[in-house]
Amino acid sequence: MSINLEQFHQTFFEESFEGLDSMESGLLNLQAGTPDADTINTIFRAAHSIKGGSGTFGFSEVAKFTHVLETLLNEMRDGRRPVAPEAVNLLLESVDCLREMLTAVRGKSPVNAARVADVQARLETLLAGAPTAAPVVAGTEPVVTAAYDGWLIRFRPKPHLFQTGNDPLRIFRELAALGELGVEADLSGLPDLESLDPEQSHLGWLLKLKGNVPQAAVEELFDWVRDDSDLSIEPITAQSMPAQRQSGDRRSGDDRRAPAAAGEGTSIRVEIGKVDALINMVGELVITQNILKQLGENFDIGRLHRLQQGLADLERNTRELQESVMRIRMLPISFAFNRVPRLVHDLSAKLGKQVELKMSGEGTELDKTVLERIVDPLVHLVRNSLDHGIESPDKRRAAGKPETGTLSLSAYHKGGNIVIEIGDDGAGLNREKILGKAQERGLVKGSDHLMDEQIYELIFLPGFSTAEVVSDVSGRGVGMDVVRKNIASLGGSVEIASEPGKGSRFTVRLPLTLAIMDGQSVAVGSEFYIVPLVSIIVSTQVKAGQINVMAGQGEVFRFRDEYLPVIRLYEVFGARPRTRELKEGLLVVVEGDGRRAGLFVDELLGQQQVVIKSLETNYRRVEGVSGATILGDGSVALILDIPGLIRIAHQKQVA
Amino acid sequence: MEAATEQAKTHAGVTSAGDKAAQFLTFTLGQEEYGVDILRVQEIRGWHQVTRVPNAPAFVLGVLNLRGTIVPIIDMRMRFNLDKVEYNPVTVIIVLSVETEHGRHVFGVVVDGVSDVLDVMAADIKATPEFGTAMNTEFISGLATVGDKMVMLLDIDKLLRADELAAITDTKAVTH
Repeated sequence: MSINLEQFHQTFFEESFEGLDSMESGLLNLQAGTPDADTINTIFRAAHSIKGGSGTFGFSEVAKFTHVLETLLNEMRDGRRPVAPEAVNLLLESVDCLREMLTAVRGKSPVNAARVADVQARLETLLAGAPTAAPVVAGTEPVVTAAYDGWLIRFRPKPHLFQTGNDPLRIFRELAALGELGVEADLSGLPDLESLDPEQSHLGWLLKLKGNVPQAAVEELFDWVRDDSDLSIEPITAQSMPAQRQSGDRRSGDDRRAPAAAGEGTSIRVEIGKVDALINMVGELVITQNILKQLGENFDIGRLHRLQQGLADLERNTRELQESVMRIRMLPISFAFNRVPRLVHDLSAKLGKQVELKMSGEGTELDKTVLERIVDPLVHLVRNSLDHGIESPDKRRAAGKPETGTLSLSAYHKGGNIVIEIGDDGAGLNREKILGKAQERGLVKGSDHLMDEQIYELIFLPGFSTAEVVSDVSGRGVGMDVVRKNIASLGGSVEIASEPGKGSRFTVRLPLTLAIMDGQSVAVGSEFYIVPLVSIIVSTQVKAGQINVMAGQGEVFRFRDEYLPVIRLYEVFGARPRTRELKEGLLVVVEGDGRRAGLFVDELLGQQQVVIKSLETNYRRVEGVSGATILGDGSVALILDIPGLIRIAHQKQVA
Repeated sequence: MEAATEQAKTHAGVTSAGDKAAQFLTFTLGQEEYGVDILRVQEIRGWHQVTRVPNAPAFVLGVLNLRGTIVPIIDMRMRFNLDKVEYNPVTVIIVLSVETEHGRHVFGVVVDGVSDVLDVMAADIKATPEFGTAMNTEFISGLATVGDKMVMLLDIDKLLRADELAAITDTKAVTH
């Protein structure tokens, strides 16, 4: 039986790219200066999988390159080579190189041989340099490094070895490549012909490998079969050396898969729970459909109630199904954020700046499509902050700031939006420079008086760049206008806040076009609105003494220790309420943008999960409304923009 | 003689180069008959209760769920300052789509009823006469006479622009 290996290629590439991503993030962690055994092991395993896979599928260039890489990693893992920054940088470069190779191989196009050869040569140079003994890395057992005349290997695989996809013959071939190999098969476990199961392994082997071969090189070959076999590796000359390693001491079978990391394939990795929920729902749907079919076959009016019941079930099933399908598309923003550490690492080195990256809110979920399309603008904004925002260490010192700049990246849900903030503690936007440039280009007249915000807005104009030197990092003027356009095409917006000498912050707001959130339905007259549950603090009935009128204008309401403005929703929205008496309705205390207010509504209805739809796609932005959703009966309900409403209330009080 | 052949062609729906026919969906508002380019019509559906949108112009009745998309609904009678009528079972919503620089926008217009699909020759479209300020004719791209009927052809792109229905993405960031 011949197996067409090509059907596994897709999986191999996906896993390899994931492996590369986890190598990359691991290497960046190493860079941070805490080499721990786990991290090195993760990196090593990822490299090893790629090597193994590419060997199996016949991508020999990749396998050869990875082998060199792996040798270097192995020395680090065993503590024979210090984790020096240069080595890590070279490894990072190798990761890039591997990524290019794999991309080329997948596209069946030739790899960039010159680049591969260059990186490989540098790896080999580094390898050739005598590895200086480094302090033993915590958690890694001391390893006998001296070479012996040879190795005596007892290898008896468990019967199910073949089912794990391993082939002893391949290992032997590799061993033979290391030195002179003698193989003795142990046939004692072989059953008679009638009870022989050809899919099981019954043999054991005694292998004698002669030659000056490092132990690690031998062990490495058995890495994948260690858990599935009884294995001992002993030096031939010094039988007393307890060099045998316990099988399964460091790796469990699960580790064979590189940890799921960022990867932008066309496929999507879905939590198994989400899929199970989906299958359950489809099951229910089928049952409901059967019930309805039976009802329809001999229907009489007496069964009307059952028909109605069945249709209600059908509606519920369908809605739930829709919701869970939507949820499958939600991914954490870490998929986009994971690109940033590498970018910061490379760029700060290139620009000679010291930058510390702080990230928060990586778990914030958003739709896959939005996620994919926000990556480029995000990368651009980060690049911009690094290039134009954060100053060089000298300048920072002169300005009395710590030499290491801080770049912060955070994401959170707010008022039905996803907000991504990119902030730095650099020099801030240079008002004069921007204005000068704009005047030079004739974008503004010299006589125009512009607010700071209006000046900052200028950088979003096409072809605008204030970088004095056009670097290959940024400053080619193809930047911010494209960023804004991309974000606008997602229905989002980007805003700048900047303070000279203190830094600037870009705030990207994205609507959750397909996102789902928990909402509380409220009624005002005959209308329904959805209040995002996260923004509700408490709902309360007002007592007479709690309301005060301020300066003849706004009403305030005493809540715990503070006075909150009262927002009469029917007034803001011009609706006809059931009651205008505060004590007859309900006050929903809400918080948005750090400010609180009491939202006056007629009554509270149920809580439900709602799928957020954009109102702006076909209509326009409505003050106080962040989006819309479709209720169970197919009608539309508007979702309140709590921060927006509070802003309106505050403006009213000021006015 | 020549005119007669021309007319015969028109009735047969035959087109010759340079005298292209376009199809228009016609609908009624009171006694008046309007037409929209049929290629802009996405679907026709019955009247359904809409959700009111706060602080919208009076002619924007609200929004409707159109298979998962939120679509604004415009009352054409109010748009053209005609008398209001009660919606009845014949009242329909014509769902139209327009391409703008911000992408495709879909909206619905409420009309009294849909009447016909007409083939109109380019030559049969007459310019809209000027009424001065007494009547707003900017949304009417032309008048077509088919048989004994006069149909006002609507320029829905203009209608949409004037109604500012398009997402105002460019100005949004500046004003906020």
